[in-house]
Amino acid sequence: MSAIILSAVWGVIMMFGGVFFKKASVPKYWAIAGLIIILTANILEFTGVKIFDIYSENMLRFDNFGLHFNTVALFCTLIYFLLNGRDIEKVGNHVSEYFALIFFVLCGVAISSSFNSLLMLFLGIEIMSIPLYILTGSDKLNLKSNEASLKYFLMGAFSTGIMLMGIAFLYGGNALGSFNIDMMQLGQGALPDMIAVGIVLLVVAMSFKVSAAPFHFWTPDVYDGAPTVFTSFMATIVKVAGFIAFIRLFQSSFGTMQSQWQTLIVIITAATLLIGNLTAVFQQSVKRMLAYSSIAQAGFMLLALFALNDTAKEGLILYSVAYSLASIGLFAILVRMNDYTIEGFNGLGKTHPVLAFTATIFLLSLTGIPLTAGFNAKFYMLLAALQNGHQFWLVILAVICAAISAYYYFKVIQAMYFKEPSEGASHQMDVPPPFKWLLIFTAAIILLLGVMPGLVVDWLYY
Amino acid sequence: MLGKYITFPELLLWFPIITGLLAFFIKDQKKVKAWALFSSLITLVISVVSLCYTDNTKYFSYNYVSYIWLQYLGSSFAVGLDGMGHMLTFLTAVSFPIIFAATYKNDYKNPNAFFGLMLLSQAGLMGVFVAIDALIFYFFWELALIPVYFLCSRWGGERRIAATWKFFIYTFVSSLLMLVGIIYVYLQTGPTQFSDHSFSIAAFYKANISLSDQTWLFWLFFIAFAVKMPVFPFHTWQPDTYEQSPAPATMVLSGIMVKMGVFAVIRWVLPVFPEAVLKFDNIVIGLAVAGMIYASCIAMVQNDLKRLVAYSSIAHIGLMCAAIFTINSTGMHGVMIQMLNHGINIIALWIVVDIVEKHTGVRKLSELGGLALHTPLLAIFFVIIALANIALPLTNAFVGEFAMFSGLYEYNPWFAALAGISIILAAVYTLNMVQKIFYGQDNILTKVVSLVTKKQKIVLTLIVLFIFVLGVYPKPVFDLTKDTVTTILSRFDK
Repeated sequence: MSAIILSAVWGVIMMFGGVFFKKASVPKYWAIAGLIIILTANILEFTGVKIFDIYSENMLRFDNFGLHFNTVALFCTLIYFLLNGRDIEKVGNHVSEYFALIFFVLCGVAISSSFNSLLMLFLGIEIMSIPLYILTGSDKLNLKSNEASLKYFLMGAFSTGIMLMGIAFLYGGNALGSFNIDMMQLGQGALPDMIAVGIVLLVVAMSFKVSAAPFHFWTPDVYDGAPTVFTSFMATIVKVAGFIAFIRLFQSSFGTMQSQWQTLIVIITAATLLIGNLTAVFQQSVKRMLAYSSIAQAGFMLLALFALNDTAKEGLILYSVAYSLASIGLFAILVRMNDYTIEGFNGLGKTHPVLAFTATIFLLSLTGIPLTAGFNAKFYMLLAALQNGHQFWLVILAVICAAISAYYYFKVIQAMYFKEPSEGASHQMDVPPPFKWLLIFTAAIILLLGVMPGLVVDWLYY
Repeated sequence: MLGKYITFPELLLWFPIITGLLAFFIKDQKKVKAWALFSSLITLVISVVSLCYTDNTKYFSYNYVSYIWLQYLGSSFAVGLDGMGHMLTFLTAVSFPIIFAATYKNDYKNPNAFFGLMLLSQAGLMGVFVAIDALIFYFFWELALIPVYFLCSRWGGERRIAATWKFFIYTFVSSLLMLVGIIYVYLQTGPTQFSDHSFSIAAFYKANISLSDQTWLFWLFFIAFAVKMPVFPFHTWQPDTYEQSPAPATMVLSGIMVKMGVFAVIRWVLPVFPEAVLKFDNIVIGLAVAGMIYASCIAMVQNDLKRLVAYSSIAHIGLMCAAIFTINSTGMHGVMIQMLNHGINIIALWIVVDIVEKHTGVRKLSELGGLALHTPLLAIFFVIIALANIALPLTNAFVGEFAMFSGLYEYNPWFAALAGISIILAAVYTLNMVQKIFYGQDNILTKVVSLVTKKQKIVLTLIVLFIFVLGVYPKPVFDLTKDTVTTILSRFDK
């Protein structure tokens, strides 16, 4: 509860603060301070100290899974602010508003991770999405940014409509006439038509939000068009929050009759894995490659939805940290590059050894090489999927796709270390020492989680 | 202290990791070389000391240790040394000082990174040989690959990026598939105190896997290991990679990494899937023998020195692979001793090849000749090593190959006869190579003053001694690995 209230309040404070902040460099300190407060409050709530004890008519339910995810998301956002604070200032003039919008997104994230009623799910997803439409278009004078924003808004609004429709069907179809997901109790028998339609509509809408194929078409354009600092946020924390909502919804309300909708998820997972990975192979721009790679990683996260057991939940939390940290780190380096193509990375190992080294760790983690958090995350997902016991071929497909992903991630590593800098290209960029240390810190967390995944996973059973 | 706070496998694992990480901070070419040599010598000392405590009935606590790791998944950080583990860690420990000393003169760009990665690859290899938990084993199996990948792609020849990339993809895909296999077997194991299943090797040996599952699991595991060995038809990465890698990395690859595959089949395939092994043994032996003849034929027509040695290595490994699947004591003992012998011999061969290439600047057989006139000492060394390569009696390789052949003969005389052809071919291409490099007319390229360094002389002399000593008295190695052979074969007593 504290994360929801505090991030909404802090968003408002940041919004009004825009009037009083004289210098563009001030808001980021306020934002970081606010985030630390919210993170502390959330951890306190996790350990049992409730600052706000509000009765929500059982529309919100704060269990370990949701609170733990909030901690993870807030921590990743903190890293994101620290790494990108100065780049957010460069996007445009309304600096404090950008931060305010991010806080509103966080409010949505916290709602989607702890909803217990379909209405709250809808609210959470909407609060999460609307500020993002604005952030995508925040580079006002850039045509690409405008286009991306409009595209995102139209598609997003459409999918929200579909979701609302699905919720309506579910409400009408269940015997109790309830919006609460733990009250659905749909049993294991054959589904009534209305419920079945509702489930399919919800799958479609949620797939859109987490950019699963075949509802992924907006992703590359939007991620590519949005200012890179905001792409970093959208592709990581927001996307992962979508997954948390997805699994929460499907496990609590439809978990008992998984066998009836599992095939649908299997198809979506397989398509996402294949399309994401195969398309990423052909990208020349690292930013676009990362956009497709986020689709590919979504495919792996969908395995949790396919498996739907305890290991899957542990894995999803681990995956959130591993994937978010690695991507945030990579995007933070990318923002500072002059040239976004893979050739632009040529010889970075010589000119900026620290950046190249940390980028290598991030890429190895995304590939899933042992000793990095990414490996453990993938391992948990595979374990969960095999525990489920059905559709063995999906697991094989997943590992083959992981191997394909090595191809495009390693292209960047090869460029950085094994190729000479191309002529005329310069790696002159602004790399202050704190930024370097922060990158090293992020990489260290990834390595630490590669050795001890229990540090994250065990908190679920706190 | 030993056995209570620290054990041999841990020492062998942590020491190269720590010295390797420290090596990254020593920027000076000379200092980092000395550091790497020093570190590898200490590792060798540890390994030699551990060989005095191989009796696991008495010194179990020196050689086995297990720490809680992922408790609720049933995986622990468990390492241990049995006879085969002792032998292969010794091979790893002895190879690195040899490699460092023999290539001491070579200079590298970014020497700190080079030697750091070399030592890390040593640690990775040690990890594979000591792991007795499937997840830990997989960890090190992949980790051993990463430093070698960087070594080859950064300091290799002209086509290095493409060549090592092929190598990387082959091994990465196959090991990911093996990971699926590992998880599947894990789900069939029995419960432990804290978890429903367990990754420990003992649980894997006890796992109750149906024959139909075994058949496909066998291939998932075997292909991952066959790529590393490499066994025909998974060998195509190997000649390119050996050719393009820097000399020390090639020695690591062919001397030790290849043994990872052989080792892993013995440790993780034979005891876990015994029924599938008995079902597919003739297919695997058929592939291995076909690969031997095929590789020998290609080696005969090779003009490139490095590729020739690479193909000859495929032929030798093919024999080991075939002998494993004979599932009899003779063949298995042959494999054990040959793992050690082949490791040392092939490294020696690469050392000579590297010297020849460094001095003449070419490695085309057709452009070489008459080197014996100018460097007689090198020629003597090379002839002895070459004779060991074709397993002449009195050399170490003879003992192993003889045992493997008699094992194969016990299994099926026809396979033994076919494999025998490759021995004749080996003599043809090896002697041909010796003749073309060292004898005949010298030319402008080969008129060089002998520049074999003192370190290289010492190393090669020691290797030659080793070749003869083990050729005459192989008993210590047989004794060392007897426990492993007995354990493995006991899985097949029905």
